[in-house]
Amino acid sequence: MKQKKEDIHITGYKNYLLVWLGLMIFTVLTVAVARIDLGSINFLAAMLIASFKALLVITFFMHLLYEQRLFKIMVFFSVVTLAIFIGLTFFDVPFR
Amino acid sequence: MKSGFYEAKGKHRGILSWILSTDHKRIGLLYLFTMLTFTTVGISLGSLLRLELIAPGETIMAAGTYNAVFTLHGVIMIFLFVIPGLPAVFGNFCMPLQIGAREVAFPRINLFSWWLFVAGGIIAVMSLFTGGGPIDTGWTFYAPYSIKTGTNVTLAVFGVFLIGFSSILTGLNFITTIHRLRAPGMNWFRLPLFSWSIYSTAWIQVLATPIIGITLLLIMVERYFGIGVFDPDKGGDPILFQHLFWIYSHPAVYVMVLPAMGVVSDIIPVFARRTIFGYKMIAFSSLAIALLGSLVWGHHMYTSGMSDTAKVIFSLLTFLVAIPSAIKVFNWISTLYKGSITVGTPLLYVLSFIFLFAIGGLTGLVNSALATDIHIHDTQFVVAHFHYTMFGGTAFGFVGALHFWFPKMFGKIYSEKIAKTAWAFIFVGFNTTFFPLFMLGMNGMPRRYYDYLPQFQTGNMIATIGSWILVSGVVLMVVNLYRATQKGEEAGSNPWGGASLEWHVPSPPPHDNFDEIPVVETKPYEFKY
Amino acid sequence: MNNTSTIESHKDYIGAKMGMWLFLFTELLLFGGLFLIYAVYRYSYHGGFQAGSGELSTIAGTVNTVILITSSLTMAVSISAIQRGNRKLCLAMLLATILFAAAFMVNKYFEWGAKIHHGIYPGSPELLSNDHGTVLFYGLYYVMTGLHGLHVLVGMVLLSIMFFLVYRGRIDSTDFVKLENSGLYWHFVDLIWIFLFPLFYLIT
Repeated sequence: MKQKKEDIHITGYKNYLLVWLGLMIFTVLTVAVARIDLGSINFLAAMLIASFKALLVITFFMHLLYEQRLFKIMVFFSVVTLAIFIGLTFFDVPFR
Repeated sequence: MKSGFYEAKGKHRGILSWILSTDHKRIGLLYLFTMLTFTTVGISLGSLLRLELIAPGETIMAAGTYNAVFTLHGVIMIFLFVIPGLPAVFGNFCMPLQIGAREVAFPRINLFSWWLFVAGGIIAVMSLFTGGGPIDTGWTFYAPYSIKTGTNVTLAVFGVFLIGFSSILTGLNFITTIHRLRAPGMNWFRLPLFSWSIYSTAWIQVLATPIIGITLLLIMVERYFGIGVFDPDKGGDPILFQHLFWIYSHPAVYVMVLPAMGVVSDIIPVFARRTIFGYKMIAFSSLAIALLGSLVWGHHMYTSGMSDTAKVIFSLLTFLVAIPSAIKVFNWISTLYKGSITVGTPLLYVLSFIFLFAIGGLTGLVNSALATDIHIHDTQFVVAHFHYTMFGGTAFGFVGALHFWFPKMFGKIYSEKIAKTAWAFIFVGFNTTFFPLFMLGMNGMPRRYYDYLPQFQTGNMIATIGSWILVSGVVLMVVNLYRATQKGEEAGSNPWGGASLEWHVPSPPPHDNFDEIPVVETKPYEFKY
Repeated sequence: MNNTSTIESHKDYIGAKMGMWLFLFTELLLFGGLFLIYAVYRYSYHGGFQAGSGELSTIAGTVNTVILITSSLTMAVSISAIQRGNRKLCLAMLLATILFAAAFMVNKYFEWGAKIHHGIYPGSPELLSNDHGTVLFYGLYYVMTGLHGLHVLVGMVLLSIMFFLVYRGRIDSTDFVKLENSGLYWHFVDLIWIFLFPLFYLIT
């Protein structure tokens, strides 16, 4: 299974290290934010930070940035599907 | 004697050359025969149910047995026949041929998923004879009963889990195949519509099946460890189980019917000698059905105690699904209009599909409307409705596909005369069996009971007699096809005059399908004569 | 998709990765069902979830987060290394990833062990004496971190096989899609943990 040159993008070690550093900072941040009582904003902040971390992992570690557009569409579509499943269920629970 | 992919090749001989084969055509046939075996069991159980209902009171089985039998009938027919049927058999056999590929993208995973399917099926059937006895929850496994009953739910659910995993792997394989392995020139709008429908189906398989996977796992975990998520005693919410169950199981009905619609779209042009009307609309409506079908699961739960807001929203969304389905029907009829129609057996099944599915679909609207559903929920009306869509829709599509591609699969042609007689029996028998149930349901006969009030007897008697006609039709059909494999005449590569790629290779197709990968320059339904 | 037509053989680099991504989508939806349940019960039993979360050790959770994120780094580096033909670095990084995974599991073992020791496990009388929210919180805690832990174990096995394949030279700078796909899987496991961590350890 030879891989064609143009298909491959090799990410530099340094870039990965930067991504890791970013993830670490966000981890510290999320723990810190959880210690301050902000009411319902706490949950929102935690989810926002987690989503941002996830985005970092998907884009760089999982290489999505360098994949074909098709892959990006598929990922987007799957996440939206999950969001719809959860979202529509919430037309039930809070309104009972 | 043996030709094409039946010829021995590779290091294994005999049965091993089949059950260890990674050839998509052999795997398609493996699925066909495994399914025939399971379906025979399923149909027999169904006939027993009908026989029990011929008269009020206990006729041939007691209440408990009846519960077990209808559960197993449902589990087998749904999880082992109508859901995997068309994608696993004809998706495997025809789709790579239709797109001009030598194989699916992951042949070994393909074989593995057949093994999972067989293992799951055997485990599900085994649950009958082991543990606490056959399950009596209905195929829906509703909590909290399924986590409390002493019957062998754990094993049955595990079997279904494996079957689900098999379905996921098949879907994953087909998406990759259709994206990556199309022949040169085979762009998306030259793809035969059956392959389009398989593509849409595959997405549902990949995205919806894991939800039932986790739900079934939770049933098992709940039974062993009592974590409480579906147990009202511990604060769990049984309605949430229904949500999760139908998040998969409603899209699953489109896994059942979309490929059948693809079959219809492929057969009609060939027998009407006309190119399909509204190709793009049919192709996109498949995607639309897959998408909209994932948003409507709540319409199974109107009487569950779900919130009124959710009921209204799900009812509204459900009506939307009727649009893409109707688009397809109008396009099929427009294709037939002014065509030079040959009434071959496959076309008969396809026309019955349209007729029966229209009844099934329109009664579906009765179910999806909030007000009427409250009246007919859990009655025989629902039973009639889903048999019209699943049997009248998917199974008729399946049998139509079988008659259409049979010459390609086996290289032989069956007796048209007997095939048409069998069709007549099946069509008449089917309607006699299931139409009375609409009336019975409207009048208030509930489903899933072995007994009923005396005023329902006439309808039930007619239905039971219908089931005998139906079964004799099915037997006749199977005998006819079996005879054809033994004594049938050679079919030749293109008995129907089809234009898509699978008709350009010999019947049965050779091992690697194409000597040379074809270059596609025309649309799939451009007929030369 | 303009290069599709030129590919005849089914041994196809992009196809292999596409298959892996599709598999990860099913994994996402598998966990997604649990996230749905979590969302519903957290909405319904906010207090119980808060109480349950307060009993979990934030430190243990944070340490495991750091371990898993770092293992993702070593995984990514090992792929870059093999692409550049640096087999030694690739092997070292793979080994580090497996060791981090093991450390994660050891930490998890002690965490679960301590909880079970205190009588907090599904169906225990101790747990059932709490309110419904806490019971469900711990039910979900065990199921979700358990399923995630199972994925970590599978990842360790997978990466060990990859280690062997790289060692034997079956994966090299011209053919590394297996390693890349294993990497995708490993990052996905990390991804799930990134959400599990605030959902279980950081409710205030």
